[in-house]
Amino acid sequence: MAHVRERALAWLHRRPEAQAWSLLAPGGFWLLAFFLVPIVIMLVYSVMPRGIYGGVEPGFTLEHYRRFFDPLYLDILQRTFVWSILCTVICLLMGYPVAYVIARGGRWKNLLLFLVVLPFWTSFLVRTFAMIFLMRDSGLINNWLMKLGLIQEPLSLLYTPFAVMVGLVYGFLPFMILPIYASLEKLDLSLLEAAEVLGARPGARFRKVTLPLSMPGVVAGCLLVFIPALGSFLTSDLLGGAKQLMIGNLVQNQFSAARNWPFGSAASFIVMALVLASVMVYLRVRDRTPGGR
Amino acid sequence: MATKLPRWLLGTAVAVYFFLHVPILVLVIFSFNNSKFSVDWRGFTFNWYHRLLERPDIIRGLKASLIVGSLSTIISAVLGTLLALALARHKFRGRTAFEGFLYVPIVTPEIVVGISLLILFALLKFPLGLTTITIAHVAFNISFVVIVVLARLEGMDRNLEEAAMILGADEVTTFWKVTVPQLWPGILSGALLAFTMSFDDYVITSFVSGSGSSTLPIVVYSMVRKNVEPSINAISTIILVVTTIFIYLADRLSREKPLA
Repeated sequence: MAHVRERALAWLHRRPEAQAWSLLAPGGFWLLAFFLVPIVIMLVYSVMPRGIYGGVEPGFTLEHYRRFFDPLYLDILQRTFVWSILCTVICLLMGYPVAYVIARGGRWKNLLLFLVVLPFWTSFLVRTFAMIFLMRDSGLINNWLMKLGLIQEPLSLLYTPFAVMVGLVYGFLPFMILPIYASLEKLDLSLLEAAEVLGARPGARFRKVTLPLSMPGVVAGCLLVFIPALGSFLTSDLLGGAKQLMIGNLVQNQFSAARNWPFGSAASFIVMALVLASVMVYLRVRDRTPGGR
Repeated sequence: MATKLPRWLLGTAVAVYFFLHVPILVLVIFSFNNSKFSVDWRGFTFNWYHRLLERPDIIRGLKASLIVGSLSTIISAVLGTLLALALARHKFRGRTAFEGFLYVPIVTPEIVVGISLLILFALLKFPLGLTTITIAHVAFNISFVVIVVLARLEGMDRNLEEAAMILGADEVTTFWKVTVPQLWPGILSGALLAFTMSFDDYVITSFVSGSGSSTLPIVVYSMVRKNVEPSINAISTIILVVTTIFIYLADRLSREKPLA
């Protein structure tokens, strides 16, 4: 054994690149075979004719992409887009103050931060169920409103666009808070002192110093909310009912009930393309923002 | 700088914290409520937890989740650590591009990952089951492990390794006796996060699981779909307790300072 080990080590010494490749190979192979290749296959599927029992037939066609110009599907695309943007804006308005408070939190900082990290990692399914539990007709909100005599009949909160939006914001808010906090945390407080000494009032100090310097976090947070919102499926599936389809539901439907794999692949590829486009925009904005990179 | 935070700002923050945590607290409290349909408080009970034990689908789902969770965690922790070492310690062609590529699985929507793997397995005629779920979970976990371990590696002092080599240890001995012990909190923290994500995942799993291989989230989803009963609150509470402990530990480990 010792002999083999010596020879292997000697070989690695002669070839430093081989060392790097032997570390890279297993994980690299996994990501290639079970992440990149499947997405390429999906892209190929999206331009092939539909098979009768799921799957595809040999050939080339763009009909699955053309179908998106059908008003029915344009509607879904538009809804997905508008909702994702709205969700991002709401998360920004709610998340920025929280990130600011955490960054100035003093001895409470670690606890406050953990209370945001926790929902970031807890089960999305369980959190969505919590929304159902509160909002359904016989749920806690309706029950209490009726007890207080504010309403006579339960409000239908669930299965509305409102419910989906609350669910999306509830689900993705931590994704906004964490990066903004990270950039506020790095902020050099002596800059604010300088601004104060020079006579800037609190509002001006925020607008001219804090806000511009936290822009990298704001941009990253917006991306981290917008992307999963675009591809979200569970929220609209459980809180939205049949009328509030987002593109994720369309994809899922094509792979289950509708059995139209190539059309589902095309829809899925559109999601992927939108995601990559947003990342490109992010990288451009980041490189132009002061304090970015 | 000792400026007090304005009151409206604190108010907003408190409201947002309520929004983030009250729904979960309510869910947990009502898992102990002694009433099947009502959301009025009818006294304390463990009944809904006992009910879970009588459901074979939940027990099977829990087993499946634990098997998939541990396997995918071990595989992604090993592969992710090796990748992180390659990125931190070696120069090779395409290094920057590869590092950028590692972030792609993180930003790719789960639904895209799920259906593309479904297509791959269908094409290979590979039967869907615990194996395919494990393969999928490793694929989305590797990147997270790499990022956590890489952060640890960057904060690490290389002098200890060099000292070991000067004192006559070869690469392999140095790796096991010096590098790994220093890196351990990072690897463990990455592994805990990987397990949590595997244990929680519904969307990707739903595409690559076969009929007899439902993990816990798949079972919970079908329960939520059917009707809303307090057993779901109970199983949700258990999932929450498990993930909270794991996240707390991962958080603690990642804050631990490396030996200087």
